[in-house]
Amino acid sequence: MYDFTTLVQSIGNFLHGQFSPGVATALEWTLVILVYLALYAILGLVLVYVERRVCAFFQLRLGPNRVGWAGTAQTVADALKLLLKEPVTVNKADKLLYNLAPFIITLAALTVISLVPFAKGLQAFDINIGLLFIVAVSSLGVVGILLAGWSSNNKYALIGAMRSGAQIVSYELSVGLSLLTMVLLTGTLQLSTIIETQANGWWIFKGHVPAIIAFFLYLTASIAEINRGPFDLPEAESELTAGFHTEYSGLKFAFFFLAEFVNMFTVAAIATTVFLGGWMPFHLGDWAGFNAVMDFVPPILWFFLKVSAVIFLMMWFKWTFPRLRIDQLLKLEWKYLMPLNLMNLVFTAILVYLGWHG
Amino acid sequence: MSDQLDLAPATDLLTSQEYFVNMGPQHPSTHGVLRLVLTIDGEIIRKVEPHIGYIHRSIEKMCEKDTYRQIVHLTDRMDYLSCHINNEAVCLAVEQALQIEVPERVKVIRTIIDELTRLASHQLWWGVMGMDLGAITSFLYGFRDREMINDIFEETCGARLTMNYNVPGGLMFDIHPNFQKRTKDFVAHFKTKLPEYDQLLSDNPIFRARTEGIGYMSKEDAVAYGVTGPSGRASGFACDVRKRHPYGMYPQVDFKEVLMTDGDCFARYKARILEMWESLRIIEQLIDNIPEGDFQAPTKQVIKLPKGEFYQRVETARGDFGVYIISDGNKSPYRLKFRSPGFSNLFVLDKVARGSKLADLVAIMSTFDYVMPDIDR
Amino acid sequence: MNNEALLQLLTTWAEGLETEENAQYLNVRVPAAQLHDFAFRLKNDEATSFDYLFCLSGVDWPEYMEVVYHLESTQHGHCLVLKSRTDGREDPRLDTVCDIWPTADAHEREAYDMFGIRFNNHPDLRRLLLTDDWEGYPMRKDYKDEINMIEL
Repeated sequence: MYDFTTLVQSIGNFLHGQFSPGVATALEWTLVILVYLALYAILGLVLVYVERRVCAFFQLRLGPNRVGWAGTAQTVADALKLLLKEPVTVNKADKLLYNLAPFIITLAALTVISLVPFAKGLQAFDINIGLLFIVAVSSLGVVGILLAGWSSNNKYALIGAMRSGAQIVSYELSVGLSLLTMVLLTGTLQLSTIIETQANGWWIFKGHVPAIIAFFLYLTASIAEINRGPFDLPEAESELTAGFHTEYSGLKFAFFFLAEFVNMFTVAAIATTVFLGGWMPFHLGDWAGFNAVMDFVPPILWFFLKVSAVIFLMMWFKWTFPRLRIDQLLKLEWKYLMPLNLMNLVFTAILVYLGWHG
Repeated sequence: MSDQLDLAPATDLLTSQEYFVNMGPQHPSTHGVLRLVLTIDGEIIRKVEPHIGYIHRSIEKMCEKDTYRQIVHLTDRMDYLSCHINNEAVCLAVEQALQIEVPERVKVIRTIIDELTRLASHQLWWGVMGMDLGAITSFLYGFRDREMINDIFEETCGARLTMNYNVPGGLMFDIHPNFQKRTKDFVAHFKTKLPEYDQLLSDNPIFRARTEGIGYMSKEDAVAYGVTGPSGRASGFACDVRKRHPYGMYPQVDFKEVLMTDGDCFARYKARILEMWESLRIIEQLIDNIPEGDFQAPTKQVIKLPKGEFYQRVETARGDFGVYIISDGNKSPYRLKFRSPGFSNLFVLDKVARGSKLADLVAIMSTFDYVMPDIDR
Repeated sequence: MNNEALLQLLTTWAEGLETEENAQYLNVRVPAAQLHDFAFRLKNDEATSFDYLFCLSGVDWPEYMEVVYHLESTQHGHCLVLKSRTDGREDPRLDTVCDIWPTADAHEREAYDMFGIRFNNHPDLRRLLLTDDWEGYPMRKDYKDEINMIEL
C-alpha cells in the first residue's frame, strides 16, 4: 500500500533545504492552499457533470447525456453561463453582508475538506479532534445562508434562511449523535486513526447493528444538513422561487452552487471515512487471493469509489422523493431520528462496555 | 418583492407579525401569470387574495366582431390543455342553434379526441404536481407519455399546442390513416405506464404526508363556489357534464363518474388518476368502432345563427366549460360569454388554503390544476 | 321538477315575472327590486334548491344592462336562467347575490369590470381583470379605444 507520507515529507524536506524555515513553511501552506482550491474547483465541475448525467438517466432527459462527448459540453455550457451572467445587485440590500455571505459558505465548505484523508498520509490537517472539528465547522455554513437570506431584503430569501436555520440546528444533533456512536466504537476522534481501526474490516460490517443504524441516520441527517433534496426546503424552488439565494446571480450564485456540491462531497467523504473504511480496500475474511487483488487497487481510488457510491445514493434520493414540509421535517428529526439516535448511542455504549465490538 | 422589509421593533420577543408576500406573477408554481397576495404569519397562511388579468386578451369582446367559424379558433387559446374540448363547445352551440345533426362518425371521433385531450392534460398536470412538491422526475415522465398524444394530434390536425380540429358541422378533415393504430398503441403503452405513476408518487410516504388531509374542501363549498371538474368531484360534487348533460357519444359509452368524498389534496390527485383510467376505457370502446361516413355535415359557408340564446356545456379537463351565445341574427354574436371552469375554481382558494402552510398552498394550487389563460380569457 | 311546474311555482313567488318562449332552458326575468329575495328563495326553498350558479354574465343592451344567472340544482337536476335588468345604462345597479352563491363574488367583480354594473352590498367591488386605473368598461358596446381596438 503506497504511503503518501514519504512523498509529502520529501517535498517538505526539499523546501526546508532550499529556504529558511519561515519561508519554507509559508511555501508549504501556499502549496496546500493552491492544491485545495484547485480540488474545490475540480470537484465542483465533476460533481455538476455527474449530477447532470445521473439525473438525466433517472429522468429520461436527453441533453445532458448527448451534448458533446458523453455530455461533457453540458458542464462547459453550465460553467460559461454562470460566468457570463450579469451580476445583479439589489438596491436595498445590505451590501456588506450580501457580498460576504457566499464567501462564508465557501470558507466553511473548504475548511471541512482539508480534514478529509484521501489516502494514507494524504491529508492536509490531521488533528486529534478531527470529527469534532468537522461537525463544528460544517455548521458554520448556516451563518452564510442566514446572512444571504437576511441581507437580500427579499421575503422569500428570508423565509428560506429561517427554514435553513431551524433545519440545521435540528439536524446537527443527529449528525453529531450518529458520529458519536461511531466514536464510541472507534475510541478516537482522529480521522487517520479511525481508518486504521478498520484495517481488519469496515465499521459498517464489524460494527453490528448500531453501526448500520448510525450510517443511515448519519446519511439522512447530513443530507438535511446540507440542504439537498428531499430536504431542500431553504431553496424550495416551487414555494420560495429559489429560497435564500433568490437575489444572487452570476458568480455569487455559483459560489452557493459550488458549496452545495462540495458539501455533498464532504458528507460522502466522512461517511466513507467513518463507516466504509476510508481508503482501506475491501477484504473478505481469509480469501488471500481475492484480498491481494483488492490491495492492487490504489487506496486513493478506493476512497473515490466509495465516495462516488455514497454520492450516487444521495442523488438517487434527490431525484426520487418529493420535498417534505417544514413541520414534517422538524417532526422527523425531533420525534424519530433523535430518540433513535440516543437509543442507538446507549446500546452502543453497552456493547463497548461489554467489549463486544470489533 | 423589492419593497422594504418594514418590521417594527418587537415589544415582546414572543409576539409575531403578519406580513404580505406577493406570490407571482412570476413564480415557478403559479403556472403562469397568477398573482397571489398572501398574508402570512411565519409560514402559516392567513389570507389569499388572487389578482388576475395578466393574460387577459378580452376574447369575449373579440368574439363580438368575429364570425362563428373564427370564434372556434379563439377558444383553444383559453384553456390550451383542453383545446379540442373548448373548440367542440362552440361547435356544439352553433350546431344546436342551427339544428344540424352531425354524422355518427364525427361524434365518435370527437369523443375520442376529447378523451385524448383530457389524458394529455392530466398527464401534464401529474408531472407538474410532482414538480411542485419537489419531485422533478415526475415532470419528465408526464411529458414522455404526453408526447405520444401530441404526435397523434400533430398527424391529425397539424399542430401540437393550439390545436384546431373541430369546425361547426363536423371536423376540419378526416382522420389520418394511422390514427386508429397509433391511438391503440398509445393506449397499450399508457396502460403499462399509469401504474408507474402510482409507484412514483401515489404510494410515496412523503407524497402522502404532503397531500393527505391538506386543503380540505367540503361538498357544500364545492357547490357554493362552483368548483367543478375532478377537483369538485373529489369533494363529492357530482358535476360531470358528460353524465349530467351528455353530448357526443358519451351517452352510449360505458364509463364511471369518479366521485370521492375526502375532499383533500390526495382525493383531488386520485380523482384525476382514476379519471385517466376511465378515459382509456372510453377510447378503447370507441377506437375500433368508428363508423364510415362523412366527416362533415353540409353547412353554409357564412353561418348566421337565428335570434335567441344558446348555452352549451362541455366537460373539459378542468371542469364545466360553458359557451353562452346571445345572437341577434347576424353572422357574429351580440354577446358571447365563456364560463371557464378555472375562474370559479380559483376563487375557492382563499377558503381552502387559510390556516395551512406556505408549502401546502403550492400543493393545493397544484391539485386545483389552474391554467391561467383559461381564467383570464 | 319539469319546466311547466317550475314556472307555475315561480310565478307565485314574485310579481312581474316575465318569461321567454322557445328557449333552451326555462327563462325568467325578475324585476331588479325583487332580485335578491327571489334568488334567496330559489336557493333555499326545498322545491327548487338552485344551489349551483354555473354562469353569471353581464349583457349590454341599447336601453339597459342585463345580468343573466344560469342556475342548476344539484339535488333535483333542473336548470333555470334568471335574468334581471338594470334601470338605464348610466348608473346600472343591481343587488348582489354573492351572499347566496359565494361564486358570484368573482363573477360580479368581472361584470363590474367589464360592464360597469354596480352590485349593491358587494363586499369588495373592485376591478378584477383590468388595472385599477382603467377608464371605461370595455365590454360595453359604446366603448372606444383608438389604440388597442382595430375596427374593420
